[in-house]
Amino acid sequence: MKAITDQDYLSETKGKSERALLDSAFIARDERRAQLIERAFGFLCLIATFLPLCILAFLIGDTVISGLQRINLAFILGFPSRFAASAGIFPALVGTFYLMTLTMTIALPLGVASAIYLEEYAKDSWFKRLIELNVTNLAGVPSIIFGLLGLELFVRILGLGQSLMAGALTLSLLILPVVITATREALKSVPNNLREAGLALGGSKVSVILRVVLPLSMSQITTGAILAIARAIGESAPLIVIGAATYLAFIPTDLLSEFSALPLQIFQWVERPQADFVDNASGAIVVLLLVLAIFNATAAWLRHRQEKNRGSL
Amino acid sequence: MIKHHTNRAFDNELRLLRDRLLLLAGRVEKMAALSIKALSEHDTALAHATMDYYKTIDGSDLLIDRLSIELLARRQPCGQDLRFIVSVIKMVVCFERLGDLANKICKRVIDLKRINSNYDSGDLASMALHVQAMVKEVLDAFVYKDCHRASSVITQDVALDEIYRIITRNFINEMSQRKEDAENYYHLLSIAKWLERMGDHCTNLAEIILYMINGDDVRTKHDNGHLQQ
Amino acid sequence: MKQHATSTMITNNLSVRYGNHLAVDNVSLTIKSGQVTAIIGPSGCGKSTFIRSLNRMHDFIDDVKVEGAILLDGVDIYAPGVDAVSIRRRVGMVFQKPNPFPHMSILQNVLSGFSFTRKKAIKRKEEIAEKALKSAALFDEVKDRLHAPSGALSGGQQQRLCIARALAMEPEVLLLDEPCSALDPISTARIEDLINVLRTNYAIVIVTHNMQQAARVSQVTAYFLSGKLIEIDETKKLFTNPSDQRTEDYITGKFG
Repeated sequence: MKAITDQDYLSETKGKSERALLDSAFIARDERRAQLIERAFGFLCLIATFLPLCILAFLIGDTVISGLQRINLAFILGFPSRFAASAGIFPALVGTFYLMTLTMTIALPLGVASAIYLEEYAKDSWFKRLIELNVTNLAGVPSIIFGLLGLELFVRILGLGQSLMAGALTLSLLILPVVITATREALKSVPNNLREAGLALGGSKVSVILRVVLPLSMSQITTGAILAIARAIGESAPLIVIGAATYLAFIPTDLLSEFSALPLQIFQWVERPQADFVDNASGAIVVLLLVLAIFNATAAWLRHRQEKNRGSL
Repeated sequence: MIKHHTNRAFDNELRLLRDRLLLLAGRVEKMAALSIKALSEHDTALAHATMDYYKTIDGSDLLIDRLSIELLARRQPCGQDLRFIVSVIKMVVCFERLGDLANKICKRVIDLKRINSNYDSGDLASMALHVQAMVKEVLDAFVYKDCHRASSVITQDVALDEIYRIITRNFINEMSQRKEDAENYYHLLSIAKWLERMGDHCTNLAEIILYMINGDDVRTKHDNGHLQQ
Repeated sequence: MKQHATSTMITNNLSVRYGNHLAVDNVSLTIKSGQVTAIIGPSGCGKSTFIRSLNRMHDFIDDVKVEGAILLDGVDIYAPGVDAVSIRRRVGMVFQKPNPFPHMSILQNVLSGFSFTRKKAIKRKEEIAEKALKSAALFDEVKDRLHAPSGALSGGQQQRLCIARALAMEPEVLLLDEPCSALDPISTARIEDLINVLRTNYAIVIVTHNMQQAARVSQVTAYFLSGKLIEIDETKKLFTNPSDQRTEDYITGKFG
């Protein structure tokens, strides 16, 4: 066997390092390709996020621009009129406000109580599952159906007429499933061992719910309620069906008086042939969007604050 | 059906400890047998060989102690495992003493030869064989986890004590009549004493084994006042 | 703490059924004041079910049947007409995962047991809270921040807060359901030390899957297997020389 010379040794190591270089080249190529795919995917996601926003901005941009120009104090405090320039949204605004307050007063206690029953008390049975199924289904029913129900039940059978009360009751039915679902989620998020702690200390079920479960879920319930109301604000179909006024020259005075609301006012102005009313409609739209934005921002802020406080849970 | 520890490493460690103890026990049994043979046959060559053998086995108790303590720390044993390990620690002491006593007996055998003693080791030899039987019996008790054998060793020690008393009295009588053989009888008396001590250690082993098997502490105060260990 | 005459809980042929599954099978044992009784056994042996029947926590679960009797100072707590709420005041419980109320401050947590009653505002609130926190060996660590939220405490402190919360109600019996499972060794050692101090005034029952903890902390240990009580004895005897082979197998780690 001949001795291994330096030459052989060198060529061997050279071969090794060459192979190593080739290997690392392959690895680098794979890495670069993987990185490229990563970046491309991220970019696609970004586009998917911004494309709808751009389209939305494009669609309403026109409206918002002309709407902002129309808004002034006279517009907000003014009453509807046959003349576009002097028309205002005050009754509609007040009507929306009254409507929302009333709806909240009706829907919130009912919804929270139902959710508490379903979540804390109801035993697992066919009856409970039936209720849950109905709640889920109702959330998806088109709002105009609620309008028809409201028309027959509240306006005609109960004789409330085309009043604030009827409108509020109808909208309450509409958002009830949403409130129930949101409240149930909030209640579910309270860990069971806290309930156990309360019960083991000698609390009755009611006192544990009142002193432990509700305080801890309240901010999430409120968030859900605000979002539900925000949805109700924008509903026009049910109100139209029950016959809310689209041209109201006065502020509603009591529960049984006729009323108007912002979406209805917008609807009415859009129907007018005169071009100037389009500007009015734009202005009202902007006001409505602003109100919605305030509601949603409040809900978001509450949720943020709640998440901060929950760090310890 | 023997159930094994779910943690097999623990199982193996316990078995290792038991094997080491058995190894030591076997060696000590051999020492006892050899020294008693040397005594009966006046065989100084055998006595020397036995003492050399003792030098090689001295120190194996340290390993066992170390493993025992390690098991206590690492395994937190309970029940039979705990009693077993604690018993091992105590038995090691007894075995070490047994070996030491056998070694001493060999030394005396050599001394007897040196002074040209022509002693009649008849009584002593039978006492020695008695002790040898006790050693074997107590080791069997450990290996077979046999309470009866252990109890029987304790009974045999009572008989051994009686034999010791008789032999000692005889030697002292003879010594008072043949004062010129005093050194001879001094060695013989020492051997008798050590044989008796070996018997006591066998009793201790038996008591420890009884505790290991069924958790009963059968140690008692003996007549001579101090607590037998 | 108010000194009680020694309280004793005795279970007589207690069986607990979840639907068709017999979780606790005819268990009879005595729990005395002045000592800690540990309950050990493998998962699913019924020890948690057993301890929860001692303060009627099963009342809140559907499809649970409790047979037999549990006597608290001679009165069956499951007898008809017995107020379960008052039983739970006398038999306090601390759970495995520390569960102080996050929306309450430390002080409010300690006193939260009172907020569940319909009693008027309790007198000497601070005194009661201080006593309870001292009994739970937590007062010195929190005395300067009693109004801070309970979430700011460490795990071990939170568990001691839960103990203080239970002690504030001045119970006679204290049930500990694996109280140290979620804690680190140092917190565990502190709580074990606390248990040793508390046992003079309460009857304490501790469920633990940690055998060595049971051996350290209790004077009496009960071994459960498949819902049955296999053996109950002085801890020192059960861990050195148990009477039942099944107990011996469990404590030496021969799980089959």
